[in-house]
Amino acid sequence: MYDAQIPQSAVDQTDIKFSARGVQVHYGDTHAIKNVDVDIADKTVTAFIGPSGCGKSTFLRCLNRMNDTIDVCRVAGDIRLDGVDIYDKRIDPVQLRARVGMVFQKPNPFPKSIYDNVAYGPRIHGLARNKAELDEIVENALRRGAIWNEVKDRLNAPGTGLSGGQQQRLCIARAVATEPEVLLMDEPCSALDPIATAQIEELIDELRRSYSLVIVTHSMQQAARVSQKTAFFHLGHLVEFGETGQIFTNPVDERTESYITGRIG
Amino acid sequence: MQETHIASAFDRDLEMIQAQIMKMGGLVEEAIIDAATSLETRDADLAETVRRRDKVIDNLELQINEEAARVIALRAPTARDLRLILSVIKISANLERIGDYAKNMAKRTGVLAGLAPVDESTSALRRMAREVERMLKDALDSYIQHDVDLAAEIILRDRDVDQMYNALFRELLTFMLEDPRSITSCMHLHFIAKNTERMGDHVTSIAEQVIYLVTGEMPDEARPKGDRTSTDAGLIP
Amino acid sequence: MTDTHDGGVARPSLIQPDTRTRRRNAAEARFRACGLAAVVIGLICLAGLLGAIVMNGAGAFQQTFIHLSVHLDPAKLDKKGNRDIEDIKKVSTFGYAPLVQAALLQAVQEHGIDTPLTRAKDLKHLISASAPAQVRDYVVANPDQIGTTVTFRVLASSRVDGYIKGRVTREDVARDKNISVEQLDLADALVDAGVIAKTFNTGFILGADASESRPEQAGIGVAMLGSFFMMLVVLGLSLPISVAASIYLEEFAPRNRLTDLIEVNISNLAAVPSIVYGILGLAVFIQFAHLPQSAPLVGGLVLTLMTLPTIIIATRASLKSVPPSIRDAALGVGASRMQSVLHHVLPLAMPGILTGTIIGLAQALGETAPLLLIGMMGYVATNYPGGLASGFLDPNSAMPAQIYEWAKRADPAYYERAWGGIIILMVFLLAMNIIAIILRRRFEQRW
Repeated sequence: MYDAQIPQSAVDQTDIKFSARGVQVHYGDTHAIKNVDVDIADKTVTAFIGPSGCGKSTFLRCLNRMNDTIDVCRVAGDIRLDGVDIYDKRIDPVQLRARVGMVFQKPNPFPKSIYDNVAYGPRIHGLARNKAELDEIVENALRRGAIWNEVKDRLNAPGTGLSGGQQQRLCIARAVATEPEVLLMDEPCSALDPIATAQIEELIDELRRSYSLVIVTHSMQQAARVSQKTAFFHLGHLVEFGETGQIFTNPVDERTESYITGRIG
Repeated sequence: MQETHIASAFDRDLEMIQAQIMKMGGLVEEAIIDAATSLETRDADLAETVRRRDKVIDNLELQINEEAARVIALRAPTARDLRLILSVIKISANLERIGDYAKNMAKRTGVLAGLAPVDESTSALRRMAREVERMLKDALDSYIQHDVDLAAEIILRDRDVDQMYNALFRELLTFMLEDPRSITSCMHLHFIAKNTERMGDHVTSIAEQVIYLVTGEMPDEARPKGDRTSTDAGLIP
Repeated sequence: MTDTHDGGVARPSLIQPDTRTRRRNAAEARFRACGLAAVVIGLICLAGLLGAIVMNGAGAFQQTFIHLSVHLDPAKLDKKGNRDIEDIKKVSTFGYAPLVQAALLQAVQEHGIDTPLTRAKDLKHLISASAPAQVRDYVVANPDQIGTTVTFRVLASSRVDGYIKGRVTREDVARDKNISVEQLDLADALVDAGVIAKTFNTGFILGADASESRPEQAGIGVAMLGSFFMMLVVLGLSLPISVAASIYLEEFAPRNRLTDLIEVNISNLAAVPSIVYGILGLAVFIQFAHLPQSAPLVGGLVLTLMTLPTIIIATRASLKSVPPSIRDAALGVGASRMQSVLHHVLPLAMPGILTGTIIGLAQALGETAPLLLIGMMGYVATNYPGGLASGFLDPNSAMPAQIYEWAKRADPAYYERAWGGIIILMVFLLAMNIIAIILRRRFEQRW
């Protein structure tokens, strides 16, 4: 029973966006991520599944260096975005996060207007030269977030006045407004009701035509519905990584099968 | 009820499976007609073609099963969606068996081509095969259109097929009693007739699946069993 | 399955409370009663305090005035007749006093009041010593009015004022050098005649402090300005410094022992007695930096030091209360830590920061101990500051200091004024609290 290690020959034909080799993460004395190899492909939804505390969220936060904000967290190993090591000393994490967007578990719109929520990122990164361009960026983002029709008449209303599902779609629109290449989603539907969840999943299906998405979920049914590739984490190890249909009908590793059939948790 | 799921990929998966079932059904219909034609025209080549094409039908059944398993694993369908997938699995099994019977018919045709013809029976067989093929077509239509009434009608039509079989059975017995040299041919023809009658039963099974799919319950009236040959000793003149 | 009906202790009925429940209910009722009693006692004390303040201080807002028509005799005021301003200025208040007294005598005679006092000089003790100065100021400003008769509203003397208000009684007068019984009778008659009247005294609110002998003239206005300039200094310095320090400590400081040490010390500083800040101010600002003594600038600096810990603690609490999801969201969109704090965390922490600031300012407004050592306590604030710079740098007093001053003075009229000053101080505090509430509401609506 070995963990999934990726030999050079097995890399998939689709463009690889993120490639991680030998990633180790320590939280103080705890060894949270142990020697993880994974390839995140472009225009694909990759799901990270696994029981609580297995390290999937930790690994996700390594991809946009959000772990930098935690003092006791140390990241080792090679993580490359389009071939460039993102932990290189010359890389500015702030700029990295404009290219690798993130959506969080609990919808967290800024307590500003809907327009300002979406416009904030483009503003601080100087993506628009004038108000007209900014308006266009905001509208495009809201359309891509599948929420334009619901809010186009009230762009100045506060973002916190929307329902849970709408707020999460607003957060997704906010994340895509900075024209990222990769979208990281940390359990984006866990705070939402089933219909809102289904709408977000449909949105994820549309988004994968333009972006590479990585979604951490504690619901393996969600991973089954929404992803093309699935990575199963267990106790900090990456146990199996493969095509979603295959993982859910005939997984290779016994541990994966135990988790999926509900024998371990 | 809204026809489409919020997740459009689910709809696409279901449509693909439906398309595969229809494709399989078309192939099976074709196989029945060709087998019957080859029997009547004593065309050995056509028979051979039918036997080869059965492989495609078998592969389709494997594919459909795999797809259905995938949909169950990935989508966890419930209610009508679940019955749809379950009926797809059973219908594809029924279709595969019908295809096998058609292949068997073609195989025996090859043998019969070398023996003396037994005229009236082949045309009767052709009529029976025709009726079964029409039933199959209607069954597939009722599946696509979720038409319960049509399905119920098909179940009743099987009675005609059974009666045709009864008539053929008596006829063949008569032939065999009259002319012992025709026993080989008549035995083959009898097997063909039995297989055709079994085809009809499988089509009925498909129609029952359609009723289950739409209403959620298997039809409880006893399937009309018109085949009295196994119970009635008085058929022999 | 065992039979649950018999063979054990009978379950108590839900409808009948058992002993434990009754005891618990009784204990809870007692607790609630204690709480209510505490609130009631507090309210009674508060009512008592407010009542005492208002009753004692309301009198300060009214003052007795005398309406006089003074003939501006050119013979006394402009001997040369040139209307030369320099010559007119040469006539001091001593020259004006007889004119004013003569006017009062005339009013007495006009109304036909029967009194043993017949000479103008006898009426001296009825009029405030500030009256001649008031007339003189007018004449110097309008020299062309010399020769005419102008109506003035002058202050009555402090004793008359006390008598009209009921503070001074005839028995007290027997030992008093400043007033006699006949003068009091005359005052009564003049009140009936409408010459003397008690009206609202804006001079108390706006005017300058006066010497010990002229309580009728004393006002808190200049001290108010002193307090105002001090508050400007406190607000202008403590708010930015506190907010910047809090943001640094909360967001950017590394978690090591030095930071812990700083934080502990800030919390302790909030509890340091204010007089220690006074000594610090004396040593640093006055002796070392040689800033002017008694200046609102120095007072403001000392009070800033005192207010900083309060505002820092309040700011840190409100920064901590901003949910980390907002910071995460900002970082996720690609904001730097500075941007995330300035654009998102700070606006959300505003209500708490403002509340802390207003509390700190209100405390600073009422502080007297630090002012003791830098000289603002003994200072008699008689002059208005000339302009902005002099407002900060010229010696001045502050409201609490002024109140204390008045309470110290011998004249009972000052005692009344001390209470009045307290009322004004409390009005200020009330206004500041209302501003705080309004600002909080306004910021909270933006959520």
